[in-house]
Amino acid sequence: MNLDDYRGVWVFIEQNDGKIEGVSLELLGAGRKLADKLQVPLSGFLLGEGIRNLAQQVIAYGADQVYLIDHPVLKHYRTESYMKGVITIAEHYKPEIILYGATPNGKDLASAVATDLNTGLTADTTMLDVDLDSRLLEASRPAFGGNIMATILCKKHRPQMATVRPKVMKALVPDTNRAGKIIEEEISLKEEEMRTKVLQIVNDVTKKTNLADAHVIVCGGKGMGDLQNFQLIHEFAETIGASVGGTRDVVEAGWLPHEQQVGQTGETVTPKIYFAIGISGAIQHVVGMKNSELIIAINKDPNAPIFDVATFGIVGDAMEIVPRLIEQFKSLRIEKGGELSYA
Amino acid sequence: MHIVVCVKQVPDTKIIKINPKTNTLDRRSAPAILNPYDAHAVQEAVKIKKKNGGTISVLSMGPPQATEVIKKSIEIGADRGYLISDRAFAGADTLATSYALSKALERIGKDLPVDMIICGKHAIDGDTGQVGPGIARRMDIPPITSVIEVTEVNQQEKTVLIKRKLTRGYELIQSEMPCLLTVEKEINEIEYSPMPNMIKAAKYEPIIWTVNDLENVERTQLGLKGSPTIVGKMFTPPRPEGGKKLEGSASEQISQLMEILMEKKDLLTIPSSK
Repeated sequence: MNLDDYRGVWVFIEQNDGKIEGVSLELLGAGRKLADKLQVPLSGFLLGEGIRNLAQQVIAYGADQVYLIDHPVLKHYRTESYMKGVITIAEHYKPEIILYGATPNGKDLASAVATDLNTGLTADTTMLDVDLDSRLLEASRPAFGGNIMATILCKKHRPQMATVRPKVMKALVPDTNRAGKIIEEEISLKEEEMRTKVLQIVNDVTKKTNLADAHVIVCGGKGMGDLQNFQLIHEFAETIGASVGGTRDVVEAGWLPHEQQVGQTGETVTPKIYFAIGISGAIQHVVGMKNSELIIAINKDPNAPIFDVATFGIVGDAMEIVPRLIEQFKSLRIEKGGELSYA
Repeated sequence: MHIVVCVKQVPDTKIIKINPKTNTLDRRSAPAILNPYDAHAVQEAVKIKKKNGGTISVLSMGPPQATEVIKKSIEIGADRGYLISDRAFAGADTLATSYALSKALERIGKDLPVDMIICGKHAIDGDTGQVGPGIARRMDIPPITSVIEVTEVNQQEKTVLIKRKLTRGYELIQSEMPCLLTVEKEINEIEYSPMPNMIKAAKYEPIIWTVNDLENVERTQLGLKGSPTIVGKMFTPPRPEGGKKLEGSASEQISQLMEILMEKKDLLTIPSSK
């Protein structure tokens, strides 16, 4: 393999029902920086059925060109069909870097493509950079357990690939006047050769407020002590109309279902207000919430790392502070036009 | 119906301690356990077997003490277990791991053809989730990740109906068998192991293979040599400046906090239907 044959930065543009996922736009922003540093074009690649109209949006968010595969077999995401499309164009155009959103489909696709291209893949990256001398992608992620980051390199294989956590990179402000090239690719796909069929897609609306979309989140950690004390988190959240989150420890202890886990292996959240209560602030948790607008931490330990990312901190016992906060809010509540709000 | 479940021995991250000097894990501080997602994978195989009959094999890669997680899988209800253990496998990243496991799966399949492979969504020590799909690609069978329900197995048609979790909701997929599933924790509840399983597990000795027991192995694809990714450096991210700690007594702190929150009070409404 001649590494110098590989040039350019690519981003997988994930679309569902003709709508581009936010993480793909964020990755165009992150990819733009890498491409500028390496002085190569940034390309988005887009697969689906009837998705040609999305190409212009990819350019507006920072791509120089868009590779497009529009085919009826690509109507719904399937590993086997999408993988074939990506491998075909990647083998032909030889990008040096490919980024994917760390969504269920993005991770699934990247894992399959990496195996067939026999190349390295870094999972759930939260920091991206390139080394100019070596042109190596530096994909960093929290290392298992410790409060430490590991930078993963792929020195001898191309393309260098990474999946990237949603909501950690920033999308550019779209520029609808930006010019770019749209390259439509033809690949041969036959429905009768597919071994899997998507029979139905169910958008689950019954699920409680999606944590990722919540404006206010009250998140509790194992500092709450036990399940009974953790009820205070629920009570406080209910009082102020917030969603409830928990750390990995809390979820593993069975105090909350996994959907409510905030952090590296749970949700990444960016609410307007984030309460971190009884949370020490391990890096795995912090990467999932540090981009929240206002972070309020309550913890007994004045040296807890959560105070490093908190906008405001209270060193104190949650069991004392939280009930008093609830009381204060309850006394403030007035009824106004059929809705309870605060004076 | 022959189901093979891939399992991994991992340190229990709930208990593990961090060395404050190096900021890395003190691996000696944690007991080794069966990766929790893999326990759900074994449990799902047991559920499928109850309905459809068949055989459950488990496969692991690791040091000799990893036989413990195979015994644990027998307790849950697996019929037999294989461990591939060899220095040649050491230092493998996800690509080299899926290669070694696929070679072991080929050998297992020679004795009894495999209809389904089940893996946990990811291992809690690496959190990548890349090995499952990697194995599927190497075996050239469909990978179906993030599975939350195995709805129906049709042994005549050799197909399976599966619910797969999406960012919003889920999808219903029909796949040909053989196929590979990676399962979420919510797919099932781990049941208490019946006494006969416990007795069987206590006495059980897994089949242990070295690299020489596997066929057509390209040694350059194993272990450290076969791993395209390496850890470049470890670093502690720069500590952000941190915010303001509120001062004074608890009451004073609470009233300061109330002031801050009242500036954002528009965000704090709840419906009156409560």
